[in-house]
Amino acid sequence: MSTGAYGAYGGRYVPETLIPALDELEQGWRDALDDPAFQLELDTLRTQYAGRPTPLTLSERFAPGKRIYLKREDLLHTGAHKLNNTLGQALLARRLGKNRLVAETGAGQHGVATATIAARFGLECVVYMGREDMRRQKPNVERMGLLGATVEPVEFGSETLKEATSEAIRDWIANVETTYYLIGSCVGPAPYPEIVRELQAVLGREARAQILEQEGRLPEVAVACVGGGSNAIGLFAGFLDDAEVRLVGVEAAGAASLASGRPGVLHGARSSILADEDGQILATESISAGLDYPGVGPEHAALRDDGRASYVTVTDDEAVAAFWDLSRTEGIIPALEPAHALSHARKLDAELVLVCLSGRGDKDLAEVLAR
Amino acid sequence: MAGRETPELAAAAVAGGADLLELGFPFSDPLADGPVIRRAAERALAAGMNTSACLECLSRTRELVDVPLVPMTYSSLLEAYGYERFDEDARSAGADSMIIADLPADQRPELRRVQLVAPTSPDERIALAAARTDGWLYLVTLTGTTGARTELSPQLAGLVERTRRLTEVPLLAGFGISTPEQARAAAELADGVVVGSRAVEVAENGPDALREYVVTLRAALDLADITEA
Repeated sequence: MSTGAYGAYGGRYVPETLIPALDELEQGWRDALDDPAFQLELDTLRTQYAGRPTPLTLSERFAPGKRIYLKREDLLHTGAHKLNNTLGQALLARRLGKNRLVAETGAGQHGVATATIAARFGLECVVYMGREDMRRQKPNVERMGLLGATVEPVEFGSETLKEATSEAIRDWIANVETTYYLIGSCVGPAPYPEIVRELQAVLGREARAQILEQEGRLPEVAVACVGGGSNAIGLFAGFLDDAEVRLVGVEAAGAASLASGRPGVLHGARSSILADEDGQILATESISAGLDYPGVGPEHAALRDDGRASYVTVTDDEAVAAFWDLSRTEGIIPALEPAHALSHARKLDAELVLVCLSGRGDKDLAEVLAR
Repeated sequence: MAGRETPELAAAAVAGGADLLELGFPFSDPLADGPVIRRAAERALAAGMNTSACLECLSRTRELVDVPLVPMTYSSLLEAYGYERFDEDARSAGADSMIIADLPADQRPELRRVQLVAPTSPDERIALAAARTDGWLYLVTLTGTTGARTELSPQLAGLVERTRRLTEVPLLAGFGISTPEQARAAAELADGVVVGSRAVEVAENGPDALREYVVTLRAALDLADITEA
């Protein structure tokens, strides 16, 4: 079994109880990749259930003078890129004979995507969500309930994604024989970062083919927001071999694990994390529940260190301004998470820019309108 | 959990009959722990128990007790402090070994520590943990996090039986053990028991309460003729 390491990052820093389950997962994943029936079922779900491929939209009014293409994951079923991951992992769960899914969620999009596929496959679904996130992403809490999932409030610490992830992992430890942990981002112990990246790479590959078709050339820069980093790693995966395409990840200024973090261990992997000098995890603060997380996928840390990708930050106010501007100039209401990417995209010294519009903003209306 | 009262509490536990003491170095996000230890860690951190304060606490505890002292913590603290430096400083402060709850046997094998095995561990992992462990093996009695349970885990007997076939190192059983009855039942299978969450709760009532509690565990174990951590 591989250690799943990305340079100095990755690995499996989990209680021993989980190691056999991770071995089983890794074996199941390798088997699935070699199984044409798995690929066929995943492709069928992507096209007939999820709505892939998603369009690539040229925005002409949002940033005059630039050609900013939006990869429209907001148009995917459930309204965000998260479904790409849950489709594939739910198929894996079924292959492994697990009939109960547990997940964590911040913005609620991963929780909704997990609840959705659980309903589709007839699986039990429990989603851990911080009480603060339940407050600010209420529509998604209601959607999960409607879909038949149980939402477990997490009421300690910052009551956001960090604690929700810890509680989901604790549930998995206690129920590992029957339960599949459906992690929502390219974080966690190996092989999760690799699985999530491969399942999200579909959006990057599509975007590459689409921009070549529509524009006749590759973008100068590909930009995506980074919380745990799954939409960004999926986008980047499409362009890693195109050395001329700059890759830029945009973090929330109050949760910049890559821009201001240090090497450390959180939620089962070594990565760049926000921690104090003793290794205690720091609180984060972002208007965007999906970016409000002190860790990040280990592959992003490796891409940063070797210089292939760069990572910048955007403030709450800048993201909210981009949220309004895209709504008013393009008729597209973005989620607050990709609003960070949009804000940075219009500041770039580049003309042709690809942005992953990772989700739609319906869930954020109350939060934005209350400001 | 390391704190200002730890040396006195440790002395009380030893007076009550403890043969070995685990000393928690608090981490903000302890994945292997249930609510009692998690909250104790939150309180300790709020009281300023960072790594150097914990090492100082360990050192003061060492002055009061002679039994083995084993810090128990998480990788993140060692990442920040330096694995080798932590090992050196903990041992010179009086630690006899350490337990890192999220560092399985195949990660950082050069760091000598007490390894854990769980009911889910296949034989080859038990053999690996036994080969790399530092003195004794920690048998996690159940699939779950730390914290009191109403019954001793039925998974323990099978785990002990499998582990005994693979190694001769002493086996100490922990997780979910809180009552003298559970301690005795576990000790009839393993070589000793580890009590965490309930001891932390009792310790909130002071050294005398802890000593009395440990006395009840000691008495139960003496019936099984066994040691206790």
